[in-house]
Amino acid sequence: MENKRTCLYDKHVALGALISPFGGFDMPIQYTNIVDEHNAVRQACGIFDVSHMGEVLVTGEESEAFVNYIFTNDITDAPDGKIFYGMMCHETGGVVDDLLVYRMGENRYFLVINASNIDKDVAWITEQAKNFDVVVENQSEKYGEVAVQGPKTEEIVERVLGIHCSDLLFYTCKEVEYNGETIIISRTGYTGEDGFELYGSHAFTNEMWDKLVGSGEVKPCGLGCRDTLRFEVGLPLYGDELTDEITPLEAGLGMFAKLDKEFIGRDALAAQKAEGLKRKIVGIELKDKAIPRHGYEVEADGKVIGTVTTGYNSISTGKSVCMAMVDIEYSKLDTEVAVRIRKKVFPGVVTKKRFYDKNYKK
Amino acid sequence: MSTILEGLYYAESHEYVKVEGEFGYVGITDYAQHELGNVVYVDMPEVDDEVTAGENFGAVESVKAASDLISPVSGTVVEVNEALNDNPELVNSDPYANWIIKVQLSDPAEVENLMDAAAYKAAIGE
Repeated sequence: MENKRTCLYDKHVALGALISPFGGFDMPIQYTNIVDEHNAVRQACGIFDVSHMGEVLVTGEESEAFVNYIFTNDITDAPDGKIFYGMMCHETGGVVDDLLVYRMGENRYFLVINASNIDKDVAWITEQAKNFDVVVENQSEKYGEVAVQGPKTEEIVERVLGIHCSDLLFYTCKEVEYNGETIIISRTGYTGEDGFELYGSHAFTNEMWDKLVGSGEVKPCGLGCRDTLRFEVGLPLYGDELTDEITPLEAGLGMFAKLDKEFIGRDALAAQKAEGLKRKIVGIELKDKAIPRHGYEVEADGKVIGTVTTGYNSISTGKSVCMAMVDIEYSKLDTEVAVRIRKKVFPGVVTKKRFYDKNYKK
Repeated sequence: MSTILEGLYYAESHEYVKVEGEFGYVGITDYAQHELGNVVYVDMPEVDDEVTAGENFGAVESVKAASDLISPVSGTVVEVNEALNDNPELVNSDPYANWIIKVQLSDPAEVENLMDAAAYKAAIGE
């Protein structure tokens, strides 16, 4: 099947980006190189085309009850403009997808889902909605999205775009009238840095890209550094740290699963918590610079005790680190483990899975 | 355009060997380092290890991927480029000055199976 293209595809080609398939789209992996793009976001400002992300609008009388029923976090009585991170789970507790829920207004919720899961999620959400008075609309084709990330972002968005954003708190959003259309801006991101995400028409998305990149102050950044940035601050990627078979508790995301309310998968998670986890995702720091990558085996006591979910030589710290799903008895901090990389076994220790501190403006 | 030096021998898997007497200096080409992107680790054999033409002897890791190193020649490793342990990015900045292993060639005639500069240039479509 032919990959889809975002509304910014031609810009990526014109910039000479390396293009690769991701989540059913042909996406820019890098424009110059991953290290420079990564550092631009940590130190200044970068822009990502994230138009591949899916958007689902839930409206109707029972919207709040419905979203709360399919979502692990608790959105009860949320004020307009509030954003929640959480997951949708199967009855088994495995994760359908992780997502953001935007409370846009009364009976109006905007769900932002992963590109690779759009078809699966929309089918699943629609199925769950049968017994609720709600309307579920897949608006993924309608919206383009850019993420503008880095410590200088707020000032640049205000000055270059003329969009007032300094009033937005972390994990809040608002609708803004811009050239006759209503766009959404939120103080969110996937890099561990301060920043904003802007949702609007394809024309709006192109205008944002042109203005920001054209200013010379905002570096085009590809999915390559999006992954290294999110990884360093311990954020999960669906497909690596979260799957249909991994629960939020195993992924270390229990704080986003509110077991004191009803939602699909809640009973399985409560039971898992009561029994105790058998495995969980940890950080591992290697002593050498060899890179532990997705799928590599983790060993201890002469046997395989886990699998790497994501690993890199961290650009911000220079250390070779990974997140890995390991048997629970090897999950304590400072436990000595090793990762098999090609023919050799490289020793390391269990660490926190945040390898670099987040720098959010709250 | 990639830099391709005259007088070196090139493999389809983008390693080169520069022959000096009974020794060969093996590294990756400028084209290969560019395709890989930022090199962050070079997995090298040890001195006295045997390498065989066409077989794996290590790997070059960039941020995004690991790429196997295939030896273009056979022989014994007499030296590895220790500088790459601390500064693997040297492979990006000058891949020909920064060879990876020095091999005592067991069969110097093997290089006849490799490409010369013109043939390699054609092979990578430049």
